[in-house]
Amino acid sequence: MAEIRNFTMNFGPQHPAAHGVLRLVLEMDGEVIQKADPHVGLLHRGTEKLAESKVFNQSIGYMDRLDYVSMMCNEHAYVMAIERLLGIEAPLRAQYVRVLFDEITRILNHLMWLGAHGLDIGAMTVFLYAFREREDLMDCYEAVSGTRMHATYYRPGGVYRDLPDSMPKHQYSKWRSKKDVDRLNERRSGSMLDFIEDFTRRFPACIDEYETLLTDNRIWKQRTVNIAVVSPERALQLGFTGPMLRGSGVEWDLRKKQPYEAYDRVDFDVPVGTNGDCYDRYLVRMEELRQSNRIVAQCVDWLRSNPGPVMIDDRKLRPPPREQMKGDMESLIHHFKFMTEGYCVPEGETYAAIEAPKGELGVYLVSDGANKPYRMKVRAPGFAHLASMQEMVQGHMLADVVAVIGSQDIVFGEIDR
Amino acid sequence: MTAPAGAEHGGADGSRLATLAGAVARAFGDAAIPLDCRPGELACALPADRLLEFAKTLRDDPALRFETCIDVSGVDFLDYGRAEWKTADATATGFSRGVARGAARPEEAVEPPGRRFAVVYQLLSVSLNHRLRVRVYCPDDAQPMVDSVTGIWASANWFEREAFDLFGILFRGHPDLRRILTDYGFIGHPFRKDFPLIGNVEVRYDPEKGRIVYEPVSIEPRVLVPRVIRHDNRYDPQLTNAKPNG
Repeated sequence: MAEIRNFTMNFGPQHPAAHGVLRLVLEMDGEVIQKADPHVGLLHRGTEKLAESKVFNQSIGYMDRLDYVSMMCNEHAYVMAIERLLGIEAPLRAQYVRVLFDEITRILNHLMWLGAHGLDIGAMTVFLYAFREREDLMDCYEAVSGTRMHATYYRPGGVYRDLPDSMPKHQYSKWRSKKDVDRLNERRSGSMLDFIEDFTRRFPACIDEYETLLTDNRIWKQRTVNIAVVSPERALQLGFTGPMLRGSGVEWDLRKKQPYEAYDRVDFDVPVGTNGDCYDRYLVRMEELRQSNRIVAQCVDWLRSNPGPVMIDDRKLRPPPREQMKGDMESLIHHFKFMTEGYCVPEGETYAAIEAPKGELGVYLVSDGANKPYRMKVRAPGFAHLASMQEMVQGHMLADVVAVIGSQDIVFGEIDR
Repeated sequence: MTAPAGAEHGGADGSRLATLAGAVARAFGDAAIPLDCRPGELACALPADRLLEFAKTLRDDPALRFETCIDVSGVDFLDYGRAEWKTADATATGFSRGVARGAARPEEAVEPPGRRFAVVYQLLSVSLNHRLRVRVYCPDDAQPMVDSVTGIWASANWFEREAFDLFGILFRGHPDLRRILTDYGFIGHPFRKDFPLIGNVEVRYDPEKGRIVYEPVSIEPRVLVPRVIRHDNRYDPQLTNAKPNG
């Protein structure tokens, strides 16, 4: 009898389905996975060490670059940790703005996930559909912060500025017909809140479109149903959070269980799966899109009727207004000191966690009373999820690895940090 | 263990924290040393030699039930409380005093021996909805080592690998203690406070050799904004009525 041996296969780091720079060393028996050993760290930038050498506020921009498809949520966890150490709370309007943008970010993230997941296992069209809606939300990021992705919008004590009264408009060019430009600009004729409200009205129909393409699709179900089943007990053992945990049937959502900001003032439901397979995790995220849309609509209503400050009135934590700084020497000195030396945070340690689109994103912050963090550790949800790769793919076919990676919603910016 | 600062914070959170603090005190007695933390949080230090036994209790005790180990992180307390720029004295040499302090490090140790490296566990109980932060100091500074909790919480596996990689903390009984984040063949533990921010080697492609080469770093370490610790009356426990950790 011929001797049959397992062979080792290298997957990634340059592979379109590796979601960035995942390198998997797979031990295969024929087409069945025996062992999967993920090699991570190819995107390691030492964000936490960098943060130790920077003034607190200067690291906010680095947070965007962790999970680079849910930017503002990362900022949120970091800013919340600083606020806890300082013992301050953002004004209510700022809390609503944060909830608004956290949920916009969740929609952005889930749309990216949906498109990429679909593309990985053979559904091209969803990707194009998902990016159509992402474009509108990216415009919101741009209108509020000036940047389409890495916003650096949240600050300890609130947000950088209030929502703008107008949306930037498309210009006529030879690349787009006049009719198209007019159609796009019509939605942008009002304030930013009008634009978002219009989006929340359109969006449920868009989700229906994605679901028509996938939910009852025979190929989609063959690729996801009963793939990588995780029991609820095992999910907790493995440190799963977010949709990965809820897909296994554990009703756990920090927005409900340990509410932060204004989440206890908005109404939404938490979807839960039953089987804990890739298909259930897909269904959970699809429902989360609808729920996020609901929250966004409620925030728009509240923000429209409740003007107010969006930043705490503490001159130790915010720079002086521009007009003052230009006209008054003391304010200029103050501005200079604030922008260079920053502020000192009282000694202590804290762990602030938020429900990021991928799961629990936590920031463990230790301060020794200086103007820079002593130690900052980011607890990335994807790190725990990817660690379970071996368990999830064992005994499955090679093609299912791709389905599992998609289902885990892996982004290397946060895993490698 | 005494009631935490958050216990008198009131509300459902406060009573839940007080219950948890009581349960921790019952389970561990004097072995658990309460740590300062912010309102709404609870933290304690546990002895390294009984970590495994305590971790099992934390997971299985019906009043604790920490099913999930959310995070494990290493901390290096070598430079704790050390500023790069004195704020109280006169400015004889000005701002430049803050520059290039990376190389010159005072000899005296700020932390007592056995207090340099700590491993911090963030535990979460989904069924009882509470959190606990556990800090364990590594007894030996030269070769920091604690027991691995992978047998109790499977999620600790990669987190411990990360702490080993970045801080050089060894985990006794870990099934697969390899580097995880740094490059293949990396030397040193980059998140230790005595590891320079700019690193030790730089990498480039050498066209003559036709391969990647590693060389000692050619850039100078530079501090743009010095690290300062300013005394702030607003946070002074003696001057305000607030609790020291409140």
